[in-house]
Amino acid sequence: MTVQQISVFVENRQGKLVEVLETLSARNIDLRALSIADTSDFGILRLIVNKPEEAVKALAEADYVTSVTDVLAVSLDDTPGSLARVLRILADAAISVEYLYAFVAHGKGKAYVILRVEDNEKAAAVLQKKGIAFADSKDIYTM
Amino acid sequence: MRYFQPEIECAAPEEIKKLQDQRLVETVRRVYATVPYYKRKMDEKGVTPDDIKSRDDLHKLPFLSKDDLREAYPYGLLAAPLSDCVRIHSTSGTTGKRVVAFYTQHDIDLWDDCCARALVAAGATEEDVVHVAYGYGLFTGGMGLNGGAHRVGCLTLPMSSGNTERQIQFMCDLGSTILCCTPSYAEFLAETIEEMGLRGAIKLKAGIFGAEAWSEEMRARLQEKLGIKAYDIYGLTEIIGPGVAFECSEQSGMHINEDHFIPEIIDPNTGEVLPEGEKGELVFTCITKEAFPLLRYRTRDICVLKREKCACGRTLLKMAKPMGRSDDMLIIRGVNVFPSQIETVLIGCGFSGNYQIVVDRVRHTDTLEVLVELTPEMFSDTVKKIEHREKELAEKLKSMLGISAKVTLVAPKSIARSEGKAVRVIDKRKI
Repeated sequence: MTVQQISVFVENRQGKLVEVLETLSARNIDLRALSIADTSDFGILRLIVNKPEEAVKALAEADYVTSVTDVLAVSLDDTPGSLARVLRILADAAISVEYLYAFVAHGKGKAYVILRVEDNEKAAAVLQKKGIAFADSKDIYTM
Repeated sequence: MRYFQPEIECAAPEEIKKLQDQRLVETVRRVYATVPYYKRKMDEKGVTPDDIKSRDDLHKLPFLSKDDLREAYPYGLLAAPLSDCVRIHSTSGTTGKRVVAFYTQHDIDLWDDCCARALVAAGATEEDVVHVAYGYGLFTGGMGLNGGAHRVGCLTLPMSSGNTERQIQFMCDLGSTILCCTPSYAEFLAETIEEMGLRGAIKLKAGIFGAEAWSEEMRARLQEKLGIKAYDIYGLTEIIGPGVAFECSEQSGMHINEDHFIPEIIDPNTGEVLPEGEKGELVFTCITKEAFPLLRYRTRDICVLKREKCACGRTLLKMAKPMGRSDDMLIIRGVNVFPSQIETVLIGCGFSGNYQIVVDRVRHTDTLEVLVELTPEMFSDTVKKIEHREKELAEKLKSMLGISAKVTLVAPKSIARSEGKAVRVIDKRKI
């Protein structure tokens, strides 16, 4: 239902983002999904990777500030309206989405949506009741 | 009118010395008898009021520093009954506790005289319109020059700082002739006047600029752009405010109001008094104030004194423009800022004590940026939470410093260290 997302503080300066990614590639860590929230001074790089614990360790050793958050991973059919349906359920239940990002799985006709909400359990219960499926962490990490 | 008080400003140096001797002796006796803090300090140094017979004995007295003001805060150095005091002014202290200076009506009156001397030296008469664009309030700049202008009988415009367009409108409509503000704000005003195409509509003839460092190049620019003669003025809240010393038409140093404040130059490391003409830290002793007559107060300004016959006719000792500080105080937009104050706020807000202050001047306005190394506790996966913390920090800095600062979060260990010691201040201003 949830997966571990790693957030990394990145200064908004040339070359800073690539340094983070090179730190991970040096440890042979594979990215599953990512998104960046940016302000004029800094960005927050959010990552889903195949080996989260190892990634956090590698980043800490390179003096990056990170935080790990459990986020919901919703599994959807890759068809028009699927995401809208999920968001409508949440909106009707007055659940705010902090942010989200989506990616498509190779050749499975599936899309995954990473959802950050205040209360995972509450959101999950609302979605499950309406028949929305979740990916588990194994699905995502070994994808 | 060439002098406001010629009997003092042009007195023979021996006359001034006689006045100083008598006033110093009286002041020392009074504070020793009425202020336990002074008594304790003098007892510790083994000096009694009887040891002080003239200005030549000044060196026997203990120094006072900002630390004393903090320790004695708020009333510990007060030398007059609180019921006789009519006003306070305040400036920042080194670690957050502010310095509060008290004034009796007598103190305000002598301060007004000091500022009136400065205004008259800049050509003021009762026909003039004095435009005071220093801040009014706890800061001494606005009220100080305001009082001096009243004393001369000028029409006084208490503009305070900010709202540049309104400043210029009043300047044009009411025909301001003498502008009083910080030199950087004068430059900003000059530029805006130029942009508005109003250079021909202003009637300024003089400017009295102080509360921050400025150069001869800046003086030349201001004189040219505003069509004025630009005068420097010196002062500090602890001593009284602006008007401790002022420039005359010679523009070659500031005459110290020696009948009220005795200057000394000391070696900042040893505390030893240096001979006249040598560069060192400026120390002042107040000999006429009732409420807050600081004795041997270390200003931390590095400066040179010279006694020479001035072509303006004044005999008062002259001080050169301060050449720097013997501590780490910064003057930003005319406000005193200590790095330690910023550190206090950062740590109080749970941020890392690893920071760097970047001061710059953009369009004649000082900018203050505080770079702070992010700690894991301060980090979050949402922008909103981090920005909330940044904003909270910026607000606390503003209330501590009195000026706004831009907060920029940077990665841990990214602030440059030289020989293991972080460089705390980068001052990029070209003055």
